[in-house]
Order: sequence, then structure tokens, then C-alpha cells
Amino acid sequence: MSFERTQEKLKILADAAKYDVSCASSGSKRSNTSKGLGDATGMGICHSYTEDGRCVSLLKILLTNYCIFDCAYCVTRKSNDIKRAAFQVQEVVDLTINFYRRNYIEGLFLSSGIFKSADYTMERLVAVAKKLRLEENFNGYIHLKSIPGASDELMKEAGLYADRLSVNIEIPTKEGLKLLAPEKNREDFIKPMVKVKNEIIQHKSERKIIKSTPKFAPAGQSTQMIIGASGESDQQIMWTSNYFYKKFNLKRVYYSGYIPISYDSRLPQIGTDVPMLRENRLYQTDWLMRFYGFEVHEILNSEHQNLDLDVDPKLGWALRNMEHFPIDVNKADKFMLARIPGLGMKSVYKILQARQFRKLNWEHLKRMGVALNRAKYFLVCDSRDFERRDLTSPQLKSIILQNSTSKYHKVLSPQLNLFG
Amino acid sequence: MLISEEHILSYDGTFDGFLTAVFQVFEFKLKTVSFQRPESVQESLFGNTIEIVTDLEKADRVWKGIKSKTSARGSYRLYSSFLSEQSGIEIVLLDYMQQAFKSTVPIDSDFSNATVLKLSQIAKSVGREKHRMEAFVRFRLTNDGIYFATVEPDFDVLPLISKHFKSRYADQKWIIYDLKRGYGLYYDLEKVEIMQLALPDGFDATKTNRDYFTASELEFQTLWQDYFVSTNIKSRKNLKLHVQHVPKRYWKYLSEKLR
Repeated sequence: MSFERTQEKLKILADAAKYDVSCASSGSKRSNTSKGLGDATGMGICHSYTEDGRCVSLLKILLTNYCIFDCAYCVTRKSNDIKRAAFQVQEVVDLTINFYRRNYIEGLFLSSGIFKSADYTMERLVAVAKKLRLEENFNGYIHLKSIPGASDELMKEAGLYADRLSVNIEIPTKEGLKLLAPEKNREDFIKPMVKVKNEIIQHKSERKIIKSTPKFAPAGQSTQMIIGASGESDQQIMWTSNYFYKKFNLKRVYYSGYIPISYDSRLPQIGTDVPMLRENRLYQTDWLMRFYGFEVHEILNSEHQNLDLDVDPKLGWALRNMEHFPIDVNKADKFMLARIPGLGMKSVYKILQARQFRKLNWEHLKRMGVALNRAKYFLVCDSRDFERRDLTSPQLKSIILQNSTSKYHKVLSPQLNLFG
Repeated sequence: MLISEEHILSYDGTFDGFLTAVFQVFEFKLKTVSFQRPESVQESLFGNTIEIVTDLEKADRVWKGIKSKTSARGSYRLYSSFLSEQSGIEIVLLDYMQQAFKSTVPIDSDFSNATVLKLSQIAKSVGREKHRMEAFVRFRLTNDGIYFATVEPDFDVLPLISKHFKSRYADQKWIIYDLKRGYGLYYDLEKVEIMQLALPDGFDATKTNRDYFTASELEFQTLWQDYFVSTNIKSRKNLKLHVQHVPKRYWKYLSEKLR
């Protein structure tokens, strides 16, 4: 292959793929048993970080940015006047192998614009993964995009070679999708997701009986939603997210603050800020649902449709539910400990272990790394010293905000409230 | 008035040497001790220096003993903390071991115990450095067909990353060389060995010179650098976060940062 040609394609097709935020490279169980190349058994590795602070763990590219669709929010939409390119299957294989051998990446994340038809596109994605596995004996991580509308047979084959499959629902509401991507409908996204979910379940149960049953997408499925492109509320986003987690056993839902890329009047205009703080709050909520035992309706409901921007969602929940506090760290169970603002799950486990040896006091908690500036109002420990004032939620909130600094200080400054 | 005498245990800087010294502490019931590595030899006016001769058998006895008193995580924590090379780390390790031997239950999870907490924190930073090396090693293909990388880790983590690279790059020869400590790991398609290199005069590890590296090596570095730029989203620029994740001291050997 000609170096200059590959170089140009890589620039175009990496640039077009960067709006997909998934970077996970963990959760697979593909070990290198045949003295081949690569091993995807451990935790994920971020090999580098771009200047926007995002992790680089996979070679994330499109096979092509030619596309027959014209979704308003997408940079590769048909009507957009940009340079187009397409990789050969072998080019992607060579790039992946050579990057992997140099320890640049954990594997490949391959997506694509849709050219000709869904199946035609999916077939080529599968061909890359198949070649990597069968010809190159590659055991690194492969994440393939499920192309909406692809046939069940192709999805089945994809799962045999890929570690993870994902299909981005992009717009959280049906109405939004109709407005911004009228040629697409939700069923096309759902269909491959259902097929993959069923295959995963089936393969898992067969493996229990026949150990040689091949693995099927061992790192599961994920999806992504664009935030702030179609006027949706946080409640709509997170309830959709919760639905996908529960209904399709998704491993991850990603939230991607909309980056204005078009003058289309249906969308935020170019120059509008990326809603990074909101995105951060949504991820925090996602974590509370997945690791902290919160139900989505506890955090977002019809009385409370949007997350607070000035405090994190756990603190927000605590301030609305003061009757649960203070919590005794020497007695409370894991579930309640996890609800104390300022206590992460790591601290929770440390407390659970340490309190078997002795009762814990403020000093112990502080040394373990608990964020006491928030936590101290919500807990009691082995000390007679604790918050005795009967503070109301707004009072408490203002005390906590005064005693903490946020990296989003600028975003939260009063001038901006004019537009809020 | 009785003055408890300080004993300075001078050992060879290896983990086995340290364990041998610990053996002596127990055998002679030494009360106040300090440890000395070859690189930090200082004449001391007070105290009396004991030369420790590394004895694998004694080291092994101590290690087996400690393993029976701690969880696997606890003994790994001891070993990886030792690799931090922090001054005074031996005293913390000794304290931990003495407490572990005395206690009837494993103390590994007693995070309200200052020594346990401290050791878990040191082990955590060593673990972070290990993980960084697994991420930041950048191999370059030499004319001899060996994938070669140079590193200067904060802690002596090469022993901890050997297994990771061996199972990952089972079908290529590779060397990971610690320039700070002057030794490396060499995998010859069969096993990993510790090796020392006589680097050629004027060898600059940050440059990819055609005398040593293949022609395609520079092309792949260029492609990787291009990729690194293209995959960045300018409107989300956050250099503070970038530097937090990739501290500047590592940039020297990261090909994507060399442009």
C-alpha cells in the first residue's frame, strides 16, 4: 500500500470516527493460548490521552465515510460537503496489527458510514474482524458497530469475531429521531441489538454444557446518545438509558454532548458550547444506577426532570431526602453507606473491612480518603463530635458549595445564569 | 541509663536481601534497626552496621511465613511496595510484617491501622506506575527484528509487568529497557530474561535512527502521530486533563508526543 494514500485516508476516517465516545477495552475474556498476538483478558488500558483529555485505547476509525443517509446531527451525512475516503479491508488489518505490535492500542474500533446497503456495509466490517482473528491470529480487542438494519446472519457472524458490538441510538426520543433523522426508525436500531442479546444468552447457556462453544461478543453490547441536540430532558435521557440497560443487558450507555457541526436550523448553532457539565452529571447518574444501587426514578422523575448542575446527583438526592440522614458508618449496610455524599464505592468497601477491627472515627475516615467536606453533614461515627445544627437543605447546600471548589466554576458563574 | 543500640542492616538492595535482613531482625531480636542499600551508604557515627549476606533459604522462610499470615493481596502489596524504592520503606515493611506475625487474624484489610493504610497507599502508587508502563511502552522495530522500548519509570516496576507483555506479545521478540536503572527485560519467543545492554556511544533513545530501526518504523510512527491528532476534538480541548493523564515526564518516549 502506498504510504501517502493510507496516511490521507487515516486522517479523514479517524477524524470522522472521533464523535463515537466509546473507548472501553475491558471486559473481554480472550486469552492468548496459541502463541499468537495479543491478549484481551485483563482490564482495559488507555495507551494515551488526546488533548481534549479523552482516552485513546483503540484504533477508532470508519471503514468509509461515504453514507447514503442524511442524519442532521452527523458529520458524515450525505449532504455534507467533506472529503470522502474508504479503506480496503487489508489496510485496516495492517494498521491494526502494526499499531498493536508497537503497544499503541488495545485493538480496533471499527464503524462505518452506510454505503449501498446495511448488509453490504456490515459484511465488510465482519470481513475485517474475521481476517484479524483467523489469518493474523489476533487476540486483541475488537469493537464492531452493528449497522442498523443488518441481517441476523451477519450479526451472528460479527459476534463470533468481535468482543463488543454496539449500535448507537443517538437521539433519546422517538420524536427527536423523526425530526433529525427522518429516514431512520427505531426498529432498525433495535433489531440487531435484540439479535445480539439473544445470541449472547444462548451462547452462554450452551457453554455451560459444551465447553468448546465459541465465545460470542464476550464484552457485550453498548450504545450512545447525543445530548443536547433535540431538546430532551435529563429524565428522558436517563429513563431511555435505564430501559436499554434492563431490556438489552447493555454493558454501557455513553452520553455524548452534542458538538455543533452544522448550520441546520433544527440543531444548536455552530459556536454553541458543548454541554460538558451536563454530560458529566449524566455519567454520574449512570454510575449511581449501575454501581451504587440507585433506581433511576429516585434521581429523575416528573417532579425533578433535570439534574442540578451545581451539585452532583448523589448530593442532590441526599438534600432532597434528608430524613435518611445522618447514617452511622459503623452500623449501616453497604447500600446505605453508598448513599452518603462524598463516599465512593472504594471508601465504602474500605469502611466495611476496617470496621471489623475497630470502630471508626473521623481521623480514620479522613485518612482513608473520604471527602469529609461533604460527608460530615450526613454521617455519624465513633466520636461525640458531629453536626448538631438542624440545617435545612438549602442552608446545607449553600454551606457545602461555599466550602468546595468545582472544576466547572466558570460554567457555574452567575453571569451565565442569564441564559439558563 | 540504658541506651538501646541502633543496628544498621546493610543489604544488597534486592528483595531477597531485604528478607534476609528481616530474618536477622527476628533471629537476634533486634529492637531498633535501620536499613541501608548500596547506593545510600553513609558512614554512621552511632549504631553498629551489620553486613547482610543475601541468603535465599532464609529469605524464603520469611516469605513463606508472611504468606501464611496474609492474603495473596497482602503479600503482593509487600513486594510491590518494596519496589517503590522509597527511602525508609523497609521500616514500614518490617513494621507490617511484625504486626502480621503477631496478629491472630490477617491484618490486610485493617484500613484503620496506619501501617496497613500506608502500605496500601504505596502499593497503589506502584500499581499505578505499573499500569502506566503497560500503557506507555512504545515499541520500535529494530533492524534485528526486535521490538525495542525504553522507559524510565518512577519505581522499579519491570518485574511486575513482565507477565503482561509476555502473554500479549507472545509471537514477537521484544526488549523493554529501563534506562534509569540500567537493565531490561528481553523476550526471545520462549522466555523473559533480565538483561543489560551496552548502548552505542551517542545513542539517543528518543530518536529513531535508521542505523538501528527499520524504514517502515518511521512511517508507522507518523501514522500514529497523525491518528493522535485526528482523533482529538478541538472544541473539547482540556489540556489540564490531558497532562493529568499523561504527565510530562513520560512524553520523552511517547512517539505521539514527539512531533
